Amino acid sequence: MRYVEEFRDPAAAKALIGRIGEVAEAIGATREGPVRIMEICGGHTHAIFRYGLDRLVHEGIEFIHGPGCPVCVLPMARVDEAVEIAERPGVIFTSFGDAMRVPGTKKSLLQAKAEGADIRTVYSPLDALELARRQPDREVVFFGLGFETTTPSTALTIQQAAREEIGNFTVFCNHITVPPPIKVLLDDPHMLLDGFIGPGHVSMVIGTHPYDFIPRDYGKPIVVAGFEPLDLLQSVLMVLEQIRDGRAEVQNQYGRVVPEHGNPVSLAAIADVYEPRPSFAWRGLGEIDASGLSIRPAYAAWDAEAKFGIGYGARRAREVAEPEGTRCAEVMTGRMKPTGCAMFGTACTPETPLGALMVSSEGACAAYWQYGGRRGPEAAE
Amino acid sequence: MCLGIPGRIVEITDAHRMTAMADVSGVKREVNVACVAEGDPAALVGRWALIHVGFAMALIDEAEAAATLEALRHLGEAQETLEQIAEGARALS
Amino acid sequence: MALRGDRVTLAHGGGGSAMRDLIEELFTGVFEPDGMEDQARLEAGALAEPGARLAFTTDSFVVSPVEFPGGDIGTLAVNGTVNDLAVGGARPLWLSAAFIIEEGTDFALLRRIVASMKREAERAGVRIVTGDTKVVGRGAADRVFVTTSGVGVIRPGRDIAAVHIRPGDVAIVNGVLGDHGACILAARGDLALSSDLQSDCAGLGHLMDAILAAAPGTKAARDCTRGGLASALNEMAEAAGVGIEIEETALPLRDEVKGTCELLGLDPLYLANEGRLVVFVPEVQAEAALAAMRAIETGTGATVIGRATEGPAGQVTMRTLIGGSRIVDMLVGEQLPRIC
Repeated sequence: MRYVEEFRDPAAAKALIGRIGEVAEAIGATREGPVRIMEICGGHTHAIFRYGLDRLVHEGIEFIHGPGCPVCVLPMARVDEAVEIAERPGVIFTSFGDAMRVPGTKKSLLQAKAEGADIRTVYSPLDALELARRQPDREVVFFGLGFETTTPSTALTIQQAAREEIGNFTVFCNHITVPPPIKVLLDDPHMLLDGFIGPGHVSMVIGTHPYDFIPRDYGKPIVVAGFEPLDLLQSVLMVLEQIRDGRAEVQNQYGRVVPEHGNPVSLAAIADVYEPRPSFAWRGLGEIDASGLSIRPAYAAWDAEAKFGIGYGARRAREVAEPEGTRCAEVMTGRMKPTGCAMFGTACTPETPLGALMVSSEGACAAYWQYGGRRGPEAAE
Repeated sequence: MCLGIPGRIVEITDAHRMTAMADVSGVKREVNVACVAEGDPAALVGRWALIHVGFAMALIDEAEAAATLEALRHLGEAQETLEQIAEGARALS
Repeated sequence: MALRGDRVTLAHGGGGSAMRDLIEELFTGVFEPDGMEDQARLEAGALAEPGARLAFTTDSFVVSPVEFPGGDIGTLAVNGTVNDLAVGGARPLWLSAAFIIEEGTDFALLRRIVASMKREAERAGVRIVTGDTKVVGRGAADRVFVTTSGVGVIRPGRDIAAVHIRPGDVAIVNGVLGDHGACILAARGDLALSSDLQSDCAGLGHLMDAILAAAPGTKAARDCTRGGLASALNEMAEAAGVGIEIEETALPLRDEVKGTCELLGLDPLYLANEGRLVVFVPEVQAEAALAAMRAIETGTGATVIGRATEGPAGQVTMRTLIGGSRIVDMLVGEQLPRIC
């Protein structure tokens, strides 16, 4: 597999791990006083655990798992609304597989499907649109989830639907953006972070300049990373070298995919179809200004919120309490490891998940359980 | 958010709708190429792109890829040399 | 031939002459041309040997689509049960085959499925000796569901079971993993993937014979069907109370399967196989087992993938291709394609 396997070369990985060790020593990073690097993107969390990188790198490096998991930060109320739409007669509700098992207050989409709702997993919003073409007598709704990586795909799909005047297709828009929650974390005096590994595929769309505020206003280094083991290791090394040298810059390790100024077509489509919501609720982080997107009035005919009279605009302050005893917020923002939550492995398991972090393949709790083999709460280190 | 895989664009299926066939290790899937086409999509045939949810979202910059690998190779060689030196030093002490 | 029309109707399930004609022409006429009683009456000779044990298994098959590259529900139904018997150290002898058929199903499709079953049964050296047919209304079944039960004999003194696996025993698979699972995903059509992938569905009775002849100390074997290699290994580790460690670099995978997994975010360790087993042999017999496997059609791709260890009981770990380590857990629910 070209452009993939070369970036998994074991010999190069070994060299990088060795070099990382040297720089970590030079900085004076130890197990008790580690360098704390946040990988923002859930895909990076997944890759770190899938390849066992957390245990391969020097013990003075601690990965803090960031909130870049769009399923993990989706409020339960939104899952409830998705289920509500799915249960309307005549609706075919389509979703990426990631969201199917996330528990709402009463049920997940998968459970609603078992109860008879027509809910289907799709690989692409284009497949949902094709479904709408083929079944003109049904209402097809697509669960638009994800950060900027995925936002252009639904925007382009909506534009296509508009061009063809397809009248039975809408998107339930829950797209969110990466920079706002990072700022929230950086403004939190309890968060101690030394550097960031930036999301590779979000940056493919938005470029690297949206992160300029991180070194400029907070003095922290950030390296935008690819997803193969060598990409992550090289990025960790680059972060450490910045720390060692007293630099704080935005660096692009993933230059083969990430253009400095992002993708013009994607950005134009996003601007055309979406507008920022004044604020949006993030599970674990609360309301964040200008962090979520809604569909512009010009495209209201393809907006599930408008068509079904549902969703964030229509039903604002519906507070849904977190399941008792869970610490999703702290884990999601890196303030706690999964093993610090008393529910981890006890009441909350992959079979009986209480929160999205145990369900999503990017969630830290799922990664700790599945790849890391941790099975229960551990005493604080 | 992040699941993207490099694929080679092997044929244009609908130039008007901007769709093409991408090949990922022998598995073919139709993808939308609006994000990476500049003008005539036909120019994309043979190029490698990052595929995410049925869209080609970025063309793989082959020079950048080569440069990254080259840097990693140098680092590997330098690291090996360093380790040999360290081992030599240990043997002497 | 008295069978009329070209598709199954509810009349064919009514127990009357239409049903009799269907059964005789499509099923018993193919499986047992010399005639078939409602109950098979079989010589128990092989079973009568002192110390011999009867092996008995059953499986239901509901695959969609019913026909796919490399096989159909019939191929699965015969080989699935043959393999269940074979990996337990039994010589498969007789199968039953029960069909639940949706109203409106083409006779032509049924003929193809039955022909597949006949062919695979002959290859495996088993007879399909009894069966049943039911017809249900449109929508109550996905064209056809098949259940096969199988009987075999385990010769005296043989005891192949996961509980015998000990640290140091070597794990061998007989070929590339995940072909069936990836092929079915593509064949379903809803993901709009196309490839040349074929199902790996095959009978493994002869392969097991070869393994047991070359490596008489073989401890256990399991076919890696639903849940893939990972599930089989987890079950075996649990039963034996040992750890198992596998090497990511040793896993044999076709490029197309890797591509499918990367595109959809799936883990090939969990993809279903229908012609793959994992066998644990004592280290000293591993070379002999490998050589014997590679000499057989269903074992040409045989390769060592890991071994049992002293590690935490029931835990399966994998050394990743860059030298790290991660747990290979039991699958929870079904693998769904993901974007994150």
